[in-house]
Amino acid sequence: MIAPSHAIILGLAAPLAVALLTPFLGKRPQLRDVLGPIGGVITFVAALQVALAVIAGDTPEWLVVNISSGLDLSFRVTALGAIFGLVASGLWIMAAVYSVGYMRGTNEDNQTRFAAFYAIAVHAALAIAWSGNLLVLFIFYEVLTFSTYPLVIHKQNAEAIRAGRLYMGILVGTSLMLLLPAVVWVWLTAGTLDFKQGGILSGQLDPALAPWMLALFAFGIGKSALMPIHRWLPAAMVAPTPVSALLHAVAVVKAGVFTMLTVVVYIFGYDFVAETGASTWLIWLASFTILASSVIAIQKDDIKARLAYSTISQLSYIVLGAALASEMAIKGAGLHIVMHASAKITLFFCAGAIYVSAHLKKVSDLNGLGYQMPMVFIAFFLGALSIIGIPPLGGSWSKFLLMAGAAERGMMLVILVLAVSSLLNVWYLLEPVMRGFFMTPKQDVKVSYHPLVVIPPIVTALLSVVLFFVPWPFSTLISMMVMP
Amino acid sequence: MIDWIKHLPAIIVVLPLLVAVIAALLPARFGWVLALLATAGSSLASVVMMTDFMTRWAGFRMSYHLGGWAPPWGIEFSVDHATALVIMVISGLGFVATMSSKSLFANEISSDDLGRVYGAWLLTFGGLLGLVMTADAFNLFVFFEISSLASVTLVAMGGGYDKRALIAAFNYLIIGAIGATFYVIGVGFCYAMTGTLNMLDLAVRLPEVNDQIPVYIGLAFMVTGVMVKAAIFPMHFWLPPSYGHAPMAVTTLLAAVATKASLYILVRVLMTIFGGIDTLPQLILQWVLIPLSLMAILLGTILAIYERDAKLMLAQSSIAQIGYIVLGFGMGSLAGLQAGFIHIANHAMIKGGMFIGLGGLAMAVAGKTKLNDLAGVGRRMPFTATGFLICGLSLIGLPLTAGFISKLYLITAVIEAGYWQIVAIVLFSSALSVIYLWRLIEVMWFTPSNSGDGRLPEQVMIYAPLWILALANIWFGISASTITEMSYGAAQVLMGGMT
Repeated sequence: MIAPSHAIILGLAAPLAVALLTPFLGKRPQLRDVLGPIGGVITFVAALQVALAVIAGDTPEWLVVNISSGLDLSFRVTALGAIFGLVASGLWIMAAVYSVGYMRGTNEDNQTRFAAFYAIAVHAALAIAWSGNLLVLFIFYEVLTFSTYPLVIHKQNAEAIRAGRLYMGILVGTSLMLLLPAVVWVWLTAGTLDFKQGGILSGQLDPALAPWMLALFAFGIGKSALMPIHRWLPAAMVAPTPVSALLHAVAVVKAGVFTMLTVVVYIFGYDFVAETGASTWLIWLASFTILASSVIAIQKDDIKARLAYSTISQLSYIVLGAALASEMAIKGAGLHIVMHASAKITLFFCAGAIYVSAHLKKVSDLNGLGYQMPMVFIAFFLGALSIIGIPPLGGSWSKFLLMAGAAERGMMLVILVLAVSSLLNVWYLLEPVMRGFFMTPKQDVKVSYHPLVVIPPIVTALLSVVLFFVPWPFSTLISMMVMP
Repeated sequence: MIDWIKHLPAIIVVLPLLVAVIAALLPARFGWVLALLATAGSSLASVVMMTDFMTRWAGFRMSYHLGGWAPPWGIEFSVDHATALVIMVISGLGFVATMSSKSLFANEISSDDLGRVYGAWLLTFGGLLGLVMTADAFNLFVFFEISSLASVTLVAMGGGYDKRALIAAFNYLIIGAIGATFYVIGVGFCYAMTGTLNMLDLAVRLPEVNDQIPVYIGLAFMVTGVMVKAAIFPMHFWLPPSYGHAPMAVTTLLAAVATKASLYILVRVLMTIFGGIDTLPQLILQWVLIPLSLMAILLGTILAIYERDAKLMLAQSSIAQIGYIVLGFGMGSLAGLQAGFIHIANHAMIKGGMFIGLGGLAMAVAGKTKLNDLAGVGRRMPFTATGFLICGLSLIGLPLTAGFISKLYLITAVIEAGYWQIVAIVLFSSALSVIYLWRLIEVMWFTPSNSGDGRLPEQVMIYAPLWILALANIWFGISASTITEMSYGAAQVLMGGMT
């Protein structure tokens, strides 16, 4: 057991150390590839330590350096930050194991570069989770964008480079043009950028301007993939599947919705948002995104593209929770970060496992494959059920809370949106499973397993089940988010 | 005060000017060493001077009477927070540029010429320092001429392998002379009205005659002259060709420091010399400099995007970056001036590093800087290319680099002044600047190379100075208070002149 502030340092240093050591072990792949999982375990233990301290009522903090007068590079963990830290580091363990199997299975080039930037991205995600103020959050938000660029263009072909341009164009463009002025505006209005329970803007910001500021944040945080700034996410699917799994289902996109939720809870204060009605428009935009991207997902035959649109839809659940700004909705949004992460990473792991083992990318090719790789398809099934929100899987809790939050605000139409969305989820997420088990194969497929790509999805699928029965410590942390 | 500190202003300027003569006379092989020693001496003295200033209140002024002649008759060197900061930037960057210059010159200039080249090099360097240091309006003109004649010579040295350098140098000479002449005409008007050439005297006496037309004419001439020198849109057209065709080492020196001195003079003229006059300097800042700076920002960025030669691309980007500095100054507020000074310091580190890095990369491909020629060099020269990349990321303002601090303070100043439209323009163009940097990155790292994939030789005297600047970009991006606080002091000094 170490002091919480030391745990922050350890948790941030471990992925960075992995990133720095990796290039030196490029010639010894065995040694290089155990670094990731080891780093993951260390980081997770540190994140757990931090989370326990937060639950105990502490505020773990670490002042690194004073950037300039009034601006500190510092870390200070909120309840929401503890949640995101646990999710990012915990799933990194599995993703690191998985990516070894995947990268070897597909025989990718530049595995060393891949491993190094992968770890830097995790570092940035943790720094976002534990950031002490909005400026630090913004700084590492950008670092995360730039460090994932080499991962997106990993294949270095024309398609990857085009996707890389779209990725950078949207994420850097929105954050630079909208998020940065929003941060500065908060700074000039409130005189501080620190996260505070109940927010820092209440009484400082003219309520008539609140919707505008919220709009700068909502569209500035491109990583939350709200329509119409969602295009980068499907484009980023050209990256190897471990990137899609950890970064574009967990770390990067969750950093986006985490930022959105942090802004609503700790900068605006959700009461202030609710009182001023600043977010009414956002409720409808998020609802639209939820439904529209589900409809698009149905039409996608490529498994990863379908999962990407499903992610866009699910991210808007969290934005919706933030926009509803009621106690239940905020709790639901916080919990959905956890539940969706564990379920969606499972689905991506499975998609990648199918690709590595059978070289199939399309949903329509999966007929009958379920009997050849039953564990993978069962894991996919569990992940899909969790996203749909069926007990006994974790996803049912967060969906329930979000619906309760909508009811709290008297938004019956939003409840309808969530219900319709669940039906659409059933349609497009269960189709691969149904094809796998109940349809006759079109052609003979040779399946060759690599154990390291099959174990992680099973583990994360079981995690989704466990989270239904034992949602601790997340259940405690989400209550702390809405404490007065 | 320790006694010898008071001689520092003179030492900083006179040392390079004296060594310039020695370098030109001694055999060519001593040129680089002498230049290195002289610039190191000036930098060291500047560091001491700035460290001293950091402990003092804004408004403290160090005055040095050359030859013991008291002003207004003698020439006075005057140092305050603003001066100390700009002197530090010029001398420090001058030193780093000198470090890299020997390797960069190697392919471009015959070794027999190096003695005279370093003579001109040091005259440019000393002239720029004198320009910033002097408190005498006419003496400033003299330093203008010293630095620009010497730098024209340096640009023309590119003519050995690129004839366009001669035309560019000739244009640079003519335009520079016009700028300096405009300036000196303006000084003449002011002298006629007040009978003094000392800036601080002028600042006191001009308000007494501020209803007279000649004062306004003097102001117009002086400001226009300095704007030409500082390459402020639309008087910037001489800059891209002269940067683009000069020898790489010369481009490094000029891009890092030359326009910075003129920008400093611009704000000095407006806010110190004419600072006592009501409204007019403020009107110029607001209605002339802000619109022009916005044009420069947009135009420079867009031209850089369409540029197919990396060296010219960076030169165009300098036009835009000068625009950011002028925009900060144009706000005319404490925060705006602070942002301007911060970017003077940061942009010097950014562009200095980028040109050194580009020079190193270009050397490996026979000195060519067309984008096609640079294909794949990033992978083949990792040390140089990574240093270049860090400076480039600082250029577009990636957090944890100095460029981000610049952007943060500039945006803050503009939002504080309530100009939301300008915020949009600035942010839009800074997003556009990602495009041209990304074009470089894609070419250098992700495009198949023209000539094999093996490692290319990298010169330590190029990547060492480059990495000094790259690390400085990171250092001052994380712990920025040295620059932000000195800039705040500088801004306070200049605002003091406005009241």
